[in-house]
Amino acid sequence: MAAALMPAADAIVGPRRRLALLLLLAPALLWLFGLIVLPHVELAILSLRARVAPRVFEWSFAQYLTFFEEPLYWRTFVRTAVMSIAATLATFAIAFPAAWYIAKVAKGRAHSLLFVLCLIPFWVSETVRTLGWMILLRESGVLPRLLVDLGLTATPVELLYHDATILVGLVYTSMLFMVVPLVNALETLDDSLIEAAYDLGGNGWSILREIVIPHAMPGITAGAIVVFMLTLGNYLTPTLLGGKNSLWFTELIYTQFITRFNWEQGAAFGFLLLGLSTAIVWCGLGLSGQRFADVMRRS
Amino acid sequence: MIPSLPRGSLERVTIAGYVAAFFVFLFLPLAVVAVFAFNDANYPAPPWRGVTLDWFVGAASRGRVGLFADRALLSSIWTSVVVAGWVTVLAVAAGTANAFLLERASFRGKAALSLAMLVPLVIPGVILGISILAFASRLARLADDYLGLELEFLRPGLPLVVAGQFSFIVSIATLTIAARLKRFDMALEEAALNLGATRAAVLWTVTLPYLKPALIGAAAIAFLMSFENFNTTLMLVGSDPPLTIMMYGRMREGATPVLNAVSLFLMVASALLALVLLRRPTAGPRPT
Repeated sequence: MAAALMPAADAIVGPRRRLALLLLLAPALLWLFGLIVLPHVELAILSLRARVAPRVFEWSFAQYLTFFEEPLYWRTFVRTAVMSIAATLATFAIAFPAAWYIAKVAKGRAHSLLFVLCLIPFWVSETVRTLGWMILLRESGVLPRLLVDLGLTATPVELLYHDATILVGLVYTSMLFMVVPLVNALETLDDSLIEAAYDLGGNGWSILREIVIPHAMPGITAGAIVVFMLTLGNYLTPTLLGGKNSLWFTELIYTQFITRFNWEQGAAFGFLLLGLSTAIVWCGLGLSGQRFADVMRRS
Repeated sequence: MIPSLPRGSLERVTIAGYVAAFFVFLFLPLAVVAVFAFNDANYPAPPWRGVTLDWFVGAASRGRVGLFADRALLSSIWTSVVVAGWVTVLAVAAGTANAFLLERASFRGKAALSLAMLVPLVIPGVILGISILAFASRLARLADDYLGLELEFLRPGLPLVVAGQFSFIVSIATLTIAARLKRFDMALEEAALNLGATRAAVLWTVTLPYLKPALIGAAAIAFLMSFENFNTTLMLVGSDPPLTIMMYGRMREGATPVLNAVSLFLMVASALLALVLLRRPTAGPRPT
């Protein structure tokens, strides 16, 4: 089939065709080896060596041992993972009814308008969105002032620098990556299936559980994987919205690499984060029986 | 649940209320950023003290440095534009080559290569950043030790920022362009070749015009993603910060509403970009 589709390529035979292929391969190989594979090999080497004297190194698991021995490190790791899972669940719970409305209830112009409205906030950078939350939530900000004016609190309360604040920021920042795959998945669900289920005596809950969720599962997995990955690797939102003692694991990597210049430790942390991220993506794909390539194309 | 099923009015009101609340949640942060760009106060916080344009046009001599007088902020915007320009050109060029490689060429290991091209999208940006930083520093050390060369571009700075952003944005450009190339009708190229066109002429007058919408789309996405990137950039940045890094630094210190002004400026710019793109999604010749 390939040959039949490529008369142009067949017209050139032998060495010229090989040369064309090599020229096309060059950028891809340069990119994948120069910017992805070799840098990660370097990172692996860094994470597995220890300095015994100036410019003298030997193999060692010291960095990984430090991670397990120092409670601050592994607690931050666990905390980051747990909060990322919480953020993913919350994003799904908030996005689903909205996606349902956009995909199934809104028709015609309203449908496309609402869908585009969902995308607009994400054309603006995360920095700007986080600035908005800071203005809204800080002690001298809009919401605390509103609470005082409404008589709900006597003095302005600090809404920034709590774990809940980080969650709000993370959910907000991830919303797009959940809404879009959900809307796409729900749009393909035939309304007549729901009508049939209703006629056969199903109620809202059983229809949701037995028809809607199974049908939307590919979209749900795609959204959840992307949201979890982005949340885990986020830096801006947790550092700006979280307090001094609410560390995020990416902050530890930054501190080791840039502030303390301890690249060996930073590299080990990097690999732990990469491992967790990859493991979750893998499990998500395994649970829903999907192929990686399909999920990436869908999102 | 859906309009064709009987629904109580309570259910309808609840859903409508929920959707309204959802959109308030989406737009509230952006709205306050925009509104407080005009507040006549030294911090972006209530109460409202009247309208001012100081945070756009204010000068240092008047005590309030507005966006257009803030040298550091303006130069960081320019840095972001330069970086995004490079990333866009490189990502679209490499993405086009990759698309032809995936859709037209046949060779062993193609399936593995096409999967490998998606991998950068699942690596956290911070890790892309530190791995490229570490690798570039090793290359710089090797060049220094063995060749006696001082390779400045391998030290943290804008060339590394471009490389770091390129490393994952090119995946997206490849997906976008390959998706359109896949739908290309080969009969068009065959017809042109039969009519005596050279391969280069076919590429230039038939295939590339067909790909134009995807190329423009990929370029817009690449520019936007580069302009907004924070994680990878943070690890690779040198002495001249792009806008996101500059804003982050100032937000930690508690900045004046000049940040709101620059944010509003960005919102307007991306809204314009979105309008231009949405108005011509089908530009370029289509196969019939």
